[in-house]
Amino acid sequence: MPEVPIDIAHVAKLARLPLTAEEAERFSAQFGRLFEFIRELQALDVEHVHPTAQVIPLHNVLRADEIRPCLDHDAALQNAPATEGPYFKMPRILE
Amino acid sequence: MNTGHEIRDAIARHEMTALEAAEMALAAIAATEPRLQAYLQLMPERALARAREIDAAIARGQDVGLLAGVPVAVKDLFCTQGVRTTAGSKILANFVPPYSATVVRRLEAQGAIIVGKTNMDEFAMGSSCENSAFKATHNPWSIEDVPGGSSGGSAATVGARCVPIAFGTDTGGSIREPASFCGIVGVKPTYGRVSRYGIVAFASSLDQAGPMTVDVRDSADALEAIAGYDPMDSTSANVDVPHYAGRLREDLKGVRIGIVSEFDESIAADKAMHALYQRAYEDLRALGAELVTVSLPHAKYGLATYYLIAPAEASSNLARYDGARYGLRVDGPDVFSMFDATRAAGFGPEVKRRVILGTYALSSGYYDAYYVRAQKVRTLMKKDFDEAFERCDVIACPAVSCPPFQLGAKSQDPVAMYLMDYFTIPMSLAGIPAMSVPAGYVDELPVGLQLVAPAFEEGRMLGVAHAYEQATRHAWARTPMVYAGEGDAA
Amino acid sequence: MSKVIGAATDTEAVIGLEAHVELLTQSKMFCGCRNAFGAPPNTLVCPVCLGLPGSLPVANARAVEFLCKAGTALGCTIADYSKFDRKNYFYPDMPKNYQISQYDMPLTTGGEVTLPSGKSVRLTRIHLEEDTGKNVHAGESIARSAYTLVDYNRAGVPLMEIVSEPEISSAAEAEEYLAELKAVMSYIGVSDVKMHEGSLRCDANVSIRPVGSHELGTKVEIKNLNSFRSVGRAIDHEIERMRACLRDGERIVQETRGWDESSGTTHSMRSKELAHDYRYFPDPDLVPLELDRALLSRWRDELPELPAAKRARYVSDFGLSAYDAGVLTGERSDAEFFEAVAAASGNPKQAANWMMGDVRKVLDRAGLTLAEAKGTPAQVGSLIAMVAAGTISGKAAKEVIEPVIVEGRDPGDVVAQRGLAQTSDTGAVAAFVDQAVTANADSVASYKAGKEKAFEFLVGQVMKLSRGKANVEMVRGLLKERLG
Repeated sequence: MPEVPIDIAHVAKLARLPLTAEEAERFSAQFGRLFEFIRELQALDVEHVHPTAQVIPLHNVLRADEIRPCLDHDAALQNAPATEGPYFKMPRILE
Repeated sequence: MNTGHEIRDAIARHEMTALEAAEMALAAIAATEPRLQAYLQLMPERALARAREIDAAIARGQDVGLLAGVPVAVKDLFCTQGVRTTAGSKILANFVPPYSATVVRRLEAQGAIIVGKTNMDEFAMGSSCENSAFKATHNPWSIEDVPGGSSGGSAATVGARCVPIAFGTDTGGSIREPASFCGIVGVKPTYGRVSRYGIVAFASSLDQAGPMTVDVRDSADALEAIAGYDPMDSTSANVDVPHYAGRLREDLKGVRIGIVSEFDESIAADKAMHALYQRAYEDLRALGAELVTVSLPHAKYGLATYYLIAPAEASSNLARYDGARYGLRVDGPDVFSMFDATRAAGFGPEVKRRVILGTYALSSGYYDAYYVRAQKVRTLMKKDFDEAFERCDVIACPAVSCPPFQLGAKSQDPVAMYLMDYFTIPMSLAGIPAMSVPAGYVDELPVGLQLVAPAFEEGRMLGVAHAYEQATRHAWARTPMVYAGEGDAA
Repeated sequence: MSKVIGAATDTEAVIGLEAHVELLTQSKMFCGCRNAFGAPPNTLVCPVCLGLPGSLPVANARAVEFLCKAGTALGCTIADYSKFDRKNYFYPDMPKNYQISQYDMPLTTGGEVTLPSGKSVRLTRIHLEEDTGKNVHAGESIARSAYTLVDYNRAGVPLMEIVSEPEISSAAEAEEYLAELKAVMSYIGVSDVKMHEGSLRCDANVSIRPVGSHELGTKVEIKNLNSFRSVGRAIDHEIERMRACLRDGERIVQETRGWDESSGTTHSMRSKELAHDYRYFPDPDLVPLELDRALLSRWRDELPELPAAKRARYVSDFGLSAYDAGVLTGERSDAEFFEAVAAASGNPKQAANWMMGDVRKVLDRAGLTLAEAKGTPAQVGSLIAMVAAGTISGKAAKEVIEPVIVEGRDPGDVVAQRGLAQTSDTGAVAAFVDQAVTANADSVASYKAGKEKAFEFLVGQVMKLSRGKANVEMVRGLLKERLG
């Protein structure tokens, strides 16, 4: 079984994507072959290569400080699963 | 009348109305949907109302645009104001955007009649349309086979000639591969050529919208209709949009076509596929092109590079789907539990795999080894193309490694599915335009030839495609099993 | 991580401040929604700042300009190449669950804030980012609410984050630093920097170490500071708490602590173990900034005279004290008003006294700011000149200043209307002096015998005779002359 270096439980927490034990195991197995390809990348000499910042050379794309119409309040809330008055409503924050 | 330009010309000559064209398209869809399952959402009232408006405008003598009265379909990844847009995912199953994508607004401004939203792999992640949360789409050439993905629905509906033009997106091959599988033309423009505003994001540095059509001429017009600078998209290029239809050629005299030695070797394993592509290259030569051998030495790293960069960007782009402001919500005792439960329930397995992979590639301690390194290899891959284009004008190579495969054949093996993008990924990483044009049949199933050009040279690329298409006419050689077109294609 | 430090009293405090400044642009950082306070919830939102699927950011040129101006004013180096990065974490007030910010290539580095004492506190960096929405908790507190209500009106507002080096040594210095930062920001007009409104927010990083050491001790981040005074109080409290820890042999934990104004204490918010992995990477939806040097020059030229330069000029050119210069330069518009009064009256010292004294009193009584008041610098200057010329007495002027400032009345009109002009006609005053001397022979005799009080009595008699209108200085002079 090719080695898959991902600590899936830790990454799932970062991604706020809890996985079942079955999912975690299955994904780990499925990533195996992909990591064979990924390991080939590690062997390349890229020391003097710049990472692609963007694929088409653009810079200084800025817009003038002008006001544009906002969404209608109803439109803004129209897809909200829960609202209370003019607010988006969701469960409490527990840190 | 299976092409958009034929329909538009007929409408312009008052031989037909936009309303009739729209009705015919809707009828064709109704007849074929039971077998194809290409659509997630049809928009009949809106389409007919719009068609009536177009007819009225034409009657007033107004110029209604490049695609006046042509029925089109758009992938359910494009936000359409007031019309459910799901990105093929349960997490957006009930999402109705309050705004439309720039591409959609431009299409409507050019007179196109949008008849529906097509099926797709969830969040554009997939190569077979089997990752849709809702249903699988079937290939009109063989309904046990996949139409390709992620723009599978768009490919199938055009393949069956229900509509002449559909729009998809291509991040690693998601227009070109399904175009090949469904025997149609599919174009991925230069990155930045077409606005991404309003297209549900998968991988921001790779996503591009493009046309999927019966013939090259329609792709030229459709691309012209949607291309161009958009101030709502910071990555949109401020480069003039040529009249692409004016660049279509009948022969290839003086054109140097690059044949990629590494790709030639890869495809050699499959005799039938190899033979098909060899014949395609000979057909190009017979049109007057000079064939030169070019090398893309880093193309073989494409898969690994792409499957680090694209999931990384996706993991960040998909963080917003948490049940708070729109879409699916699975409640919890506190807001973070709600986020967790919603995402666990709302995303399918392929999406979850890529979010995990992408989060890992960006995470502390791994960012340099994976994400940054992949972006460096990307630079090397782009350089390969820059060097190749010093020796040729257009590259010709395989679009796919095989003809359409059976539904279910690869869905259990994600990496086997990732390999479907082998020939298309390098062009996406380099940001250059590439397209698929029908090149014949293997086992009676369509296979496409990929053509690639330097950045912003879509005109040159479409020109070569048109010459090849007109000389070989593969798309008209056979008729798909599910076919709503006029007469026999053949 | 604890450090073994000697007696707690041999420790010194090391403080760094992180200030967030909301910028006064018309529109938000990455979209065209209006940047305003107090609008009904969720009415200043759009697909971009709500993070709807498919939305994309486009950076606000004015926000970049404001940051560059702030950076130039503080002596920062403006980067040749700068970019935006995504800071990824989940929170209900974050529409995209990432914040567009700047990580390793901020718009400026270096720079410094000079305190009134002359000490310089160096800056590490200034960068641009977008603000979050606001969580409103149903119920009294986070702990007790059953659910969260969110307003995204402020999501996407442009923020400047200004990070200082850990070179502040006391709570008092921290307050001075913030005051100076506030003055500079308001002078160049990039923010109204009001802590009580949230347009200036501040977190403090506090640590202690042995006096003379160059290593840094364990640092604690303090949040929830809502005023300059809170900043000062919280820092003092935290320094004491840390010293007490050491005295008790406890280790100082690296953590984030929240300030509670009512109890005057800090409490732990999260421990280091829950440190976020923000997975910063360059935002692929935005492109880098490589600002043209000519543009930066133009922005530099547009900067007004800054508080420190003004203060120095008031001291050297006007001969004012450093303290007075500080008071007068608190707000740019106030300083400019003072300068105009100084010019109109030709007497900066008098102008300073009036602005800091009676004008301030009138404004306070009327509940007005100088900007709201109708009086003009020319009018105030004119009043000062009238006193100098002897047209009215200083006492009368104190009465006139009120309608001048509050209603913008011409001082000459007020003097005339109220009959406040004093008599400086030598002949007329001399006549009153003669009259008083003649009528009060015994006081004259008393004075000549050495009683000073008799002189004051005689002055009073002259004033009475003139119905208070005689120029009192002139009276004294003429009386002295008359009596010999």
